[in-house]
Amino acid sequence: MSIKIGEIPYKERIQKGIKDDFMRQAVSSAQGRFRTGRLTQAEELGNWEDWRNLGEEIRTHTLENLDYYLQQLSEQVSRRGGHVFFAETAEEANQYVKEIILKKQAKKVVKAKSMVTEEIGLNKALEEVGAEVVESDLGEWILQLDEDPPSHIVTPALHKNKQQIRETFAKKKGYTGSDTPEELAAFAREQLRQDFLAADVGVTGCNFAIAESGSITLVTNEGNAEMVTALPDTVITVMGMERIVPTWEEMEVLVSLLTRAAVGQKLTSYITALTGARLDEEIDGPEEFHLVVVDNGRSKILGTEFQSALHCIRCAACINACPVYRHIGGHAYNSIYPGPIGAVITPLLEGYDDHKELPYASTLCAACTEACPVKIPLHEHLIRHRQIIVEKEKKAPTAEKLMMKGFAAWASNPSIYNMSAKMAKPALGPWTKDGMIENGPGPLKAWTEVRDFYAPQGQSFRSWFKQRQKDGESK
Amino acid sequence: MSIQNREAFLDKLASRLGRERRTSGVERPQWSVTPQDEVFKGMSQDELVDVLEKHCKVIHTTFKRTDRDGLAKVLNETLEAYEGKLIITSKDARYQEYGVTDFFEEQKEKLDVHVWDSALGKENQKIAERADVGIVFSDITLAESGTVTSFNTKDNGRSISLLPRTFIAIIPKSTLVPRMTQAARHIHQAQANGEDVPSYVSFITGPSNSADIEMNLIVGVHGPVKATYIVVD
Ligand code: SF4
Repeated sequence: MSIKIGEIPYKERIQKGIKDDFMRQAVSSAQGRFRTGRLTQAEELGNWEDWRNLGEEIRTHTLENLDYYLQQLSEQVSRRGGHVFFAETAEEANQYVKEIILKKQAKKVVKAKSMVTEEIGLNKALEEVGAEVVESDLGEWILQLDEDPPSHIVTPALHKNKQQIRETFAKKKGYTGSDTPEELAAFAREQLRQDFLAADVGVTGCNFAIAESGSITLVTNEGNAEMVTALPDTVITVMGMERIVPTWEEMEVLVSLLTRAAVGQKLTSYITALTGARLDEEIDGPEEFHLVVVDNGRSKILGTEFQSALHCIRCAACINACPVYRHIGGHAYNSIYPGPIGAVITPLLEGYDDHKELPYASTLCAACTEACPVKIPLHEHLIRHRQIIVEKEKKAPTAEKLMMKGFAAWASNPSIYNMSAKMAKPALGPWTKDGMIENGPGPLKAWTEVRDFYAPQGQSFRSWFKQRQKDGESK
Repeated sequence: MSIQNREAFLDKLASRLGRERRTSGVERPQWSVTPQDEVFKGMSQDELVDVLEKHCKVIHTTFKRTDRDGLAKVLNETLEAYEGKLIITSKDARYQEYGVTDFFEEQKEKLDVHVWDSALGKENQKIAERADVGIVFSDITLAESGTVTSFNTKDNGRSISLLPRTFIAIIPKSTLVPRMTQAARHIHQAQANGEDVPSYVSFITGPSNSADIEMNLIVGVHGPVKATYIVVD
């Protein structure tokens, strides 16, 4: 697997999403709960904007000095007995991990949830060399048994109901119990415990690497990342090259932002910092530790106007705030990174060819930008993507072309472009009636055929246009 | 230990950033705001205990408070509630100091207590896996989030708080700080003074849980299913 999760055309994926009532209901209630959690936390702190500003400052400084901090990190990991491998491409990363598996003659690999290993298709690579790979996050495990891709960053199996999960367990693991979540989870616990204890190698992602000490921080509620790092004798951590902070102090701030923005928790149940290999006489933790730092297209984003997209800490707050995600669900994005952030980074990492619709899967209402704890201007990036698609790549779906031509000319005026938060309403004006979009353009059309869409608030296109004409006439 | 492919990789990043490689001299800036320092600023230890107690409800953790003389009794009650027979603890002078070792001695008919012993190697993990209760002392306790911090060493294995069915943290009141900020700063300063951080630092906030099935919160997925904090004045 790679970033792309299938070959079904975009419009069909949307239709599928819209017709899946359980999924839509689940997504919308999850969005509601996550969002309320985040807002409650923000309100409780009272100075959430200061926190966001600090988050943004930290991410900006770190990315601007990324070479320096990665160098420091690698020195420290190595000093603490770990090995570091810098992988330019997915293939290089997979190759390196495969070699370790072969050298260790590993039969069983347990994994903690990790987006970057999904992105590079690591599981498949490991299976190629004969290792059994077990996902240990409950949601990921369900999806693995069902051979289904994740639809959300934080709760990957959100689109499945408990009856479906029960059936999967019964079919794949001989489960005979009920479909109560507690019983299902207890069964998973029992099964996975055996895997943890038997595994030769543990593979994790990385929430934040800490440059000053060479530590890897893992944030989970279930404790599966702790199992994966405490029990097997070999641990391999795969990190996107941008997932790094200068010191423990910045790690702390970003973890606080992450857990609050993701699910409205002050901290998750487990936060673990693993530093190198275990020390003399220690029992838990790896005897052999490898850190794989992955580029896989990220460096193309550095130094461009999209650099801030690399600030993302994968909290999914933007996804939880997005009205389009609410209607179509994660699979419609055809990317392991769904929602607004997915629509921004997928084309950056993989090019526009396969993903030119994604920047249009947005109402430009700016709810994502407002939710983002590190202040990535997501909707501005989406507008910019559209501009590029129209102007440079000439790849806009025909329905959008007409609209976007005018839109691009307009958006290229800097003063208006900077007001982009307010632009959604005018851009969609022609399709709006009584505050609802009834028969929207392009991709919007596909779902407005089924239901109406709330139009973004702000001045309407008509009133703006009228005003403009009047102003012109009076001059 | 080995570092592979670094130079070309980092050179490329520098060139994308439009400048020369930076291999030294980068300073963390003075951040323009530090909201993390404002949380519970100036609170007394007792006020922090109150914050912790309140938050324990949110994290599905039983909160108890006692003084040193009362610790054995509270511990006994908790172990009974957890039907704890096989117990695993870290090796820590504080068990003696707080009278816990004597309590275990008195109860040796009833309780099977294993103290983490690095000489036994992986056997410790096997015992932890079978144990009913794992007990550790908190090294730093974060009032805001209800988190105990454990610096894992050869005498304090990660498995103690992770593998047993239930978990008890003994929290000396003096270990309370407002939030994670103070713990992170402590570790950062130690690192800056040339001390190495432990190979494992665990921040544990209540029992393991998951919301992966229809967003229902399920307590106890991979780690302990129940947790109790005992604050000792
Ligand atoms: S873009 Fe912002 S809100 Fe979205 S996942 Fe990343 S950090 Fe979170």
